[in-house]
Amino acid sequence: MFWNKEIECSSRNELHNLQSKRLHDMLLRMYNNVPFYRNKFTELGIHPNDITNVSQLSSLPFTYKQDLRDNYPFGLFAVPQHQVVRLHASSGTTGKPTVVAYTQKDLETWTEVMARSLTMAGISNSDIMQVAYGYGLFTGGLGVHYGAEKVGASVIPISGGNTKKQLQLMEDFGSTVIACTPSYAAFLSESILAEKLLDKIKLKIGVFGAEPWTEEMRSFIQNSIGIKAYNIYGLSEIIGPGVSMECECQNGSHIFEDHFIPEIINPDTGEVLPEGELGELVFTTITKEALPLLRYRTRDLTTLHYDTCACGRTMVRMGRIIGRSDDMLIIRGVNVFPSQVESVLIELAETTPHYTIIVNRENNLDTLEIQVEVVEQYWTDEMKVLDGLKKKIQHAIANLLGINASIKLVEPNSMQRFEGKAQRVIDNRKL
Amino acid sequence: MIVKQLSVFLENKLGRLTELTKVLAEHDINISAFSIADGTDYGIIRCIVGRPELAYTVLKEHKFSVTITDVACLIIPHKPGGLYHALQIISNNNISIDYMYAFAAEHDAVVVIRTESTQELIQILQDNKLELLRSGDIYQI
Repeated sequence: MFWNKEIECSSRNELHNLQSKRLHDMLLRMYNNVPFYRNKFTELGIHPNDITNVSQLSSLPFTYKQDLRDNYPFGLFAVPQHQVVRLHASSGTTGKPTVVAYTQKDLETWTEVMARSLTMAGISNSDIMQVAYGYGLFTGGLGVHYGAEKVGASVIPISGGNTKKQLQLMEDFGSTVIACTPSYAAFLSESILAEKLLDKIKLKIGVFGAEPWTEEMRSFIQNSIGIKAYNIYGLSEIIGPGVSMECECQNGSHIFEDHFIPEIINPDTGEVLPEGELGELVFTTITKEALPLLRYRTRDLTTLHYDTCACGRTMVRMGRIIGRSDDMLIIRGVNVFPSQVESVLIELAETTPHYTIIVNRENNLDTLEIQVEVVEQYWTDEMKVLDGLKKKIQHAIANLLGINASIKLVEPNSMQRFEGKAQRVIDNRKL
Repeated sequence: MIVKQLSVFLENKLGRLTELTKVLAEHDINISAFSIADGTDYGIIRCIVGRPELAYTVLKEHKFSVTITDVACLIIPHKPGGLYHALQIISNNNISIDYMYAFAAEHDAVVVIRTESTQELIQILQDNKLELLRSGDIYQI
C-alpha cells in the first residue's frame, strides 16, 4: 500500500531535480536566517547561489550534535519564534538537552512521512493502533500519533510502560497495531504469552524503532506472538520517527528522500563512500523550516542501497543500524543499552541506580555481570534474603533483555558517582 | 536478655575485613564473638562487641553497611550432649533457627542464636531452666 505513490515511486531523475531545488532553497534560508551557517559558509567561501545541484552536497560542511549544544537552546532556528509551533528536546543525560523545533509546515511534513511509513506497513483506517512510545518531550509518541491519525487509524495514545494496562486495552479494544521500542515489544510479547492472552488479542502489526535492534529480535517477536514487525527509523534532530521505514519486503528501510537526503561517509575522513559500503549515516533536511540541518552526523553506522525495491518504491533503502558509536553493547547478539539495565534497577526498590556493567568473553560466549548497590535500608543480615534479591534482579534483567546476567551485590555507596557522563560499562572483550 | 549483635555487609574484597577490625580496634572496642557467613561475592560479618552502639556509630561513619540485630546468647555446659539438649528444647517448641555460632570457654560454651522472635526464644529457654548470658556479661567477655 502507498500513501503517496507518485513521490514514493518517482524516477531517480525527478527526485534528483527536486532535491537540487530544495537543497538550494534550504541553503538560502540558512544563509539568510542562521548566523551559525552564514559564518560557516563565509569562512569556507561558499555562497548558496553556487550550489544548484545535489551532487555538490559533498563539498558542504557537516553539522554535529555539539553544534546543537553550542547553540542551545534556539541558536540554530531559521524562523522567528512566532512561527515555531512545537518544541521537543532530548533527555539531556549528557549535558544540555538537544532542542528541536517545528513550524506548522514542519508538523505537516512529519505527519506526511509518518503517514507514508504506516501505510507502508499496511496500516489503514481499519486498524486500532496502540501507541506505546513515550509521549512528551520525546518525539516518538507524538510523531507516530499524528501519522496514525492521518491514515485514519483509531489511535490509543497509551504512551510507554504500564504493561498491565497495555495488555488489558490490547485485549478489550482489540488493538491490531502496536508501536513501541523493540525491547518493550519483546517484553510485551513475553507478557502476552505469560498471561496466556495470545488467543484473546488481535494484534497483527508492530511498528518498532527508536533504538537499534537485531534480526533475531524481530524473529523472536514475530514468532512468539505471530505479528509482522516493522522497523521504523528516525531521530529528533532530523524530524523524529518517519525518516525511514520498512516496506512489506522487510529488506531495508526506505528513506523519504524528498525531505531528507542521506549520505554514507567514512566517519574518520568524512569522505562519501560508494553505494553499499558501511559507514556513518549523514542527513540533510531539505524541507525543514524551523531547524534545517546540513549534513548532520547521526553517528549511526549503516549502508545505503539505491536499486528499486520489489515493492516498487524507488526511494533509497538503508540497512539495519549496525551500531551507534555512543553506548550500545551487543551481548550474545542482543543490543543492550546501559539505560535498560538502569531502568530495571530503578524499578526495583532494593537497588540504587548506581551500577557497573562488565562484559567478558569466556569460551566464545559473552558474559554479562552487573554490579549493583543495595539500598541501605533493604539490606538485611540474612543471606537467603540477599540471595533472593540477586535472583529477583537477574529475573528482571532477563525479562527485559532476554539474557542472563550474573548479579553481584556491592556495599551501599561503594560505586563511583558521576557528575558528567557516567562510565558504567567495562567491556573486556577483545573484538 | 536480648543481646545486640552487629551485622556488617562486606564485599569479598581483599583487606575489607582488616579495615573493619581496624576501625573497631582504633575505638577500643572489644570483640567477644565473631562469625562470617560467606557468599560468593559478599559476606556477612556478625559479631558481638563491647559497646555495640558506639561500634555501630563509628562503623557507619566509616561507610560500613551495618545493622544491629537482636540475638540470644545461651550458656551450655562444655561437654558432650550440651548443645543437643538445648537444640532439642528449641525444636520441640517449633522454633526455627536462622543462624547460630558458638564459642567455648573453660567450663561453659556460649551459643549465639538468631531466630525470628528472640523474645519468644528467650522465654522458652528460661522456662526450661537454661542459662542465658545477660548482655552486660557478654560485652565484658
